[in-house]
Amino acid sequence: MRGVRTAPRFEGGESFRRRVDDTVQLLGPLALVVVLALIASQTVNAADDVKFRTAIVNVAIVVALYVFVGNSGVLSFGQVSFVAVGAFAAGLLTVPADVKPGVLPQLFPFLRDHSISNPWSLTLAAGLGAVYALVVGVPLMRLSGLAAGIATFAVLGITYNILTYWTRIGPGATTLTLIPVTTDYLQATVGAVAVIAIAFAYQRSRWGRQLRATREDPAAAQAAGIDVHRQRLWAFVLSGALSGFAGGLLVHLPPGSITTNQVYLDLTFLTLAMLVVGGAHSLFGAVAGAIGISLVNILLQNGENGIHVVGWKISLPQGSSLVGVAIVMLVVLLLRPSGLTGGREFAIPRRLRRRPGAEPPAPAPEPGV
Amino acid sequence: MLRIVNFAYGQLIMIAAYMLVFTQGWGDAGAILIAVAAAVFASLVMERVTFRPLRTTSPATVLVATFAISYLLQNVALLRYTYQNRPVGDSVGVLGGLNRAAEIGSLHVRWITFVAIGAGVVSLVALALLLNRTSIGLQMRAAATDFHTARLLGVKANTVIMAAVAVSGVLAAVSAVILTIQSPQVTNTTGLNETIFVLVGVVVGGMNRLLSATLGGFAIGFANSFLGFELATQGSNSGTAVPFTSSVYLPSVIYVLVILVLLFRPAGLFARHGQAAVERV
Repeated sequence: MRGVRTAPRFEGGESFRRRVDDTVQLLGPLALVVVLALIASQTVNAADDVKFRTAIVNVAIVVALYVFVGNSGVLSFGQVSFVAVGAFAAGLLTVPADVKPGVLPQLFPFLRDHSISNPWSLTLAAGLGAVYALVVGVPLMRLSGLAAGIATFAVLGITYNILTYWTRIGPGATTLTLIPVTTDYLQATVGAVAVIAIAFAYQRSRWGRQLRATREDPAAAQAAGIDVHRQRLWAFVLSGALSGFAGGLLVHLPPGSITTNQVYLDLTFLTLAMLVVGGAHSLFGAVAGAIGISLVNILLQNGENGIHVVGWKISLPQGSSLVGVAIVMLVVLLLRPSGLTGGREFAIPRRLRRRPGAEPPAPAPEPGV
Repeated sequence: MLRIVNFAYGQLIMIAAYMLVFTQGWGDAGAILIAVAAAVFASLVMERVTFRPLRTTSPATVLVATFAISYLLQNVALLRYTYQNRPVGDSVGVLGGLNRAAEIGSLHVRWITFVAIGAGVVSLVALALLLNRTSIGLQMRAAATDFHTARLLGVKANTVIMAAVAVSGVLAAVSAVILTIQSPQVTNTTGLNETIFVLVGVVVGGMNRLLSATLGGFAIGFANSFLGFELATQGSNSGTAVPFTSSVYLPSVIYVLVILVLLFRPAGLFARHGQAAVERV
């Protein structure tokens, strides 16, 4: 963090270099996503195509999760609820209005008889995510630690339960199909880039810094006049909006269908694993973890379908990919509890940018998880 | 007791249940012994491999780690079926005779119901005796109240935590035996739903005393049965009915109650006043 550095030096180039550092912090994660998208869109075959687009959408979900968990230090199992709400809202309202009465006759009329375009569905998903997060967050943000973990888990359970059974607002226990497939590489990448940029702007803002202060020392932050509850709530709502938006991106992925089980425990586990492995305290960690775990996951999933190695066909049994992800997550937790990035933002390695006579003071590393 | 929340507890139950599957034909006593041993062994390994190295990290990290173990074990169990390419599930026959009905007047009650109640009572009494009448129990309670001070006074952290973890392994095996008699099908998700409800029960009751945690468990159990009875069995699936009057929404009602308890009685419904210890996890 910038504020950690010692007294500013009024040398020419110092403020310029800081600005460069700041830009690099944002450009690093963005470059990861864009490069992945460019390489994947040019080289990957049709079968893997969807998996890579899903990986980019996962980046958006994990960054949304990071906005709350990373900045506040409070654990939440509930963020996937907002993904679910966004996904089902965006999905339901983009299914063509002329087929809906046939497949989903029990829907409320305003859901059944209207349909909206792709951009509006994403906007709506973000809005609903924010509203739901606000409603849930006002009471829940008073909790922390274990209580917050259990309560947000309860929110996830309620969301899943109602979405699975209330057929007036959704498909219930059946699969929602016929959703237009609009999340191509462009939409996925632009969406993920937007989410990352918003997360970056937030964590550099006054509110973001206040929340990060409460993460490091709640008592000291409160003594300095920071309203812990309010700052956590803002982050929760922003995270809800971004999660809902990411849910909208998710639902428009091929094959254009979704079930409630897709946005429940497995996704919660996967996104938490991505965040923890990358390093929950930095944006770069969230993005790197999401991409890294996605790649491991894709590799293992392909292994489940059989890989040809020098004439031998090796196929891993179904379910190996989650076993692999769990092992990676455990190993990283044990060896580097603060994640692969150690909670640091992206920076150009020091030896590549050293200038004679202008050695900057070493920035104090942020305390671990 | 030590406020280490173990999301992977259900998987200890699952491991014990699988041991019952693997040891069919060894006789009931042998199978149960092996199941207990396996659950204790697994819980000790879990402690050694994850809890101990992570003891100095934040509670959230440990919680996430147990979440990962839970997923790991569930999916390893799932591999058993996908590898052999067959439907999920193994049947268990241990103590199957207990499923016969006992007739009391015109009532037909399965024997296992009595056995389950009996096992519950015996476990509780044994646990209470262990905590209140033995040295290690005293150490456990001391560690639960104030871990640092307890260590300063000579309580060995590793011994206490390992003892607590071993006890939880034994209890997991007991639950596994009872659960598999009641529904003799073991799958990779055996114990999963129980864990969620049990965790919720413990948190609702108050986790720093055996009594309050037990009462919390009963509270959730009663709420579950009572509400399950009250919520009509037809309900909103027909689309025209009043929403949320169906028993399918039971989990939502329970979860809402949990959130309310967490908000208004964070130390638990049955905690003593002024006793709001900060959890270690």
